[in-house]
Amino acid sequence: MRTSLRGALLSVLAMVIAACGSTAPTAPAAPITIGVSVSQSGDFSGDGKALVQGYDLWAQDENAKGGLLGHKITMKYVDDTSSTQQVVSNYEGLITRDKVALVFGPFSSLLTIPASTVVARYGYAFPEPAGGGPHVFDRGLTNIFFVQPAAVEDNLVSYTKWLTGLSADQRPTSVAYATQDDPFTQPQVDKAKSLLEAAGIKTAYYRVYPAETTDFTPIALNVVHSQADAVILGTQLPDAVAFAKTFIQQHYNPKTLIETTGPDQGADFSNKLGTNTEGIMVPAGWTANAKAYGNDKFVSEFIAKYGGTAADISADAAEAYSVGQVVDEAATKANSIENAKLISSLHSGTYQTIQGPMAFDSSGKPQGGVGVYIEQWQNGAAIFVYPSSVAAAQPEYPKKPWS
Amino acid sequence: MTLVLEAAVLGILTGGVYALMASGLTLIFGVMRIINVGHGALVVLGAYLSFAASRALHIDPFVTLVITMPVMFLLGFGLQVVFIRPLKTDREALSVLVTYAIALGLEGILGYVFGANYVQLQAWYDTASFPIGDFRITYVYVFGFVLCLAILVVLFLILYRTTFGASIRATMLNRTAAQLIGIDVDRVSAVAFGIGMATAAAGGVVFGITTAFNPGSHYDLISRLLTIIVLGGLGSLRGAVIAALIMLVSEDITSVVISPVWASFVFFVILIVVLLVRPQGLYGVRVRERI
Repeated sequence: MRTSLRGALLSVLAMVIAACGSTAPTAPAAPITIGVSVSQSGDFSGDGKALVQGYDLWAQDENAKGGLLGHKITMKYVDDTSSTQQVVSNYEGLITRDKVALVFGPFSSLLTIPASTVVARYGYAFPEPAGGGPHVFDRGLTNIFFVQPAAVEDNLVSYTKWLTGLSADQRPTSVAYATQDDPFTQPQVDKAKSLLEAAGIKTAYYRVYPAETTDFTPIALNVVHSQADAVILGTQLPDAVAFAKTFIQQHYNPKTLIETTGPDQGADFSNKLGTNTEGIMVPAGWTANAKAYGNDKFVSEFIAKYGGTAADISADAAEAYSVGQVVDEAATKANSIENAKLISSLHSGTYQTIQGPMAFDSSGKPQGGVGVYIEQWQNGAAIFVYPSSVAAAQPEYPKKPWS
Repeated sequence: MTLVLEAAVLGILTGGVYALMASGLTLIFGVMRIINVGHGALVVLGAYLSFAASRALHIDPFVTLVITMPVMFLLGFGLQVVFIRPLKTDREALSVLVTYAIALGLEGILGYVFGANYVQLQAWYDTASFPIGDFRITYVYVFGFVLCLAILVVLFLILYRTTFGASIRATMLNRTAAQLIGIDVDRVSAVAFGIGMATAAAGGVVFGITTAFNPGSHYDLISRLLTIIVLGGLGSLRGAVIAALIMLVSEDITSVVISPVWASFVFFVILIVVLLVRPQGLYGVRVRERI
């Protein structure tokens, strides 16, 4: 009797469990940590800070919607001091010691190249926001995914198309080039030079200077003395500002001036040049007023979280945020956050980001995307001016005199 | 030819700024026989203090020196007492570690307070210039050069026209002998460290107007400053001035005539040739150590 009573109770319990089965909450997926080596000191510390902002904002958004395939995310950052040695040991440590589930990329091609080798050794996917130099992709690695609209050497292609598309009486006849010997800046400038020379625009001056240069004035003086109609500079923020200041001091106002990095840094750039930012151009895959997927939300959330205005947002932060978007879509597509499945997933299909749609070839180069636009400072804000399909205004040409 | 002349003038003007920054470093070595590898970080600290003061008080960056130089002097005095004075043995080697730790600490504090983004001191004259012949000279370099000249003259006067300066020079010549004749070498050392930091503040303001900087900017600076005082002769103020001018003029002319890639190379060729002929540097004193 006792046995049958116990059997009946168990049967009832089993029926209750079975009845509740369809609505009982499933155990949440385990939280994960995503590791990133960022430059919190050294030459790239400004960019490193922007990457952290972008990554953190993406993680916040992701957690708010339940996590990456249900896995709540914690971001772990370690400082690489902008050093190519430190970045390697950082990723080694994140993967082997901290056992992070995923890793995202650091700032610059300089750091991405050594980092990607060690990350590949452990079979991790390496989506990265800022390493797009040619050497990033020519080492036979299949785990890299450069989340920007175009490979670095193509960054100035839009600009050259715009220049060569000007009417003959407006087109510049000579160009002065100066660039850091950096894997991010020099390939862009070199490709622009070859395209413009092929179009018959002569080179008035060309110089490559060491990345560790601190006094840019002598190089800028050479550019001034060339009196070229157009100036194309392969810069980071400090030299972008220094060149412009020397041009102002020397009363040299080229018809057009484009710098590879610096003018895209929002208030960090305009704080140093004031109204003299007017007319300066920069190749850019992202701008605060672009109508790309999720961009409005990104901009408003960024301002809510970090303060400032849309003009203060660095493109670095947008690129970092895009890395997260791509990974989220790839994980959903693969229904997994395993690195091997993510790598396989990322090599096919198109991913929507705040920089526009992205796709990757077998080496991780962006393919068939929207390309890089031209942004120009006009009336205190950097806006897209080319191509016309995305332009918020006509390019200001020739550039207005310095104020 | 105009370009070469322009580069030479620019080299002299910016060389003056580097001379000022290096003068504190060489003075500290001369008095204490310590290699202050944190000097670049102290220059950057000076630039940040001027940046903060000019923004908070809406005053010209050069005027901020009225505040920053005394503050840096006191800070230097304190740093010497707390970190350097306790080093009794193997001072030269240990001082490298201690001052490097000070540099890293300062970099961390500046990063925490000001962030990692590049900043730059703003003034009306940082983009203004005046014509001389076929080229234009920028006011900020001229003002910076005049400031450096004035401070270096004051420094020379202190060293060669005051009793305290005689104490400093005596300590530089022979620390033990200076102690034996009654000079308080600890006080002399602390004051000399303070003076070194005050000159770093002055150098920092010109550096901060002409260059975008962040807390990590001291690495590039210190490597250049150390090279200057090695060429000039460790402990020699006059040597630091001459070496700074040689460095900047040779680099700027090489940069415009040949290529920026060769600029540092040419300077290092000069450095090596000088050291082969005069291992103690241009104005250094040969020291024989008893073993």
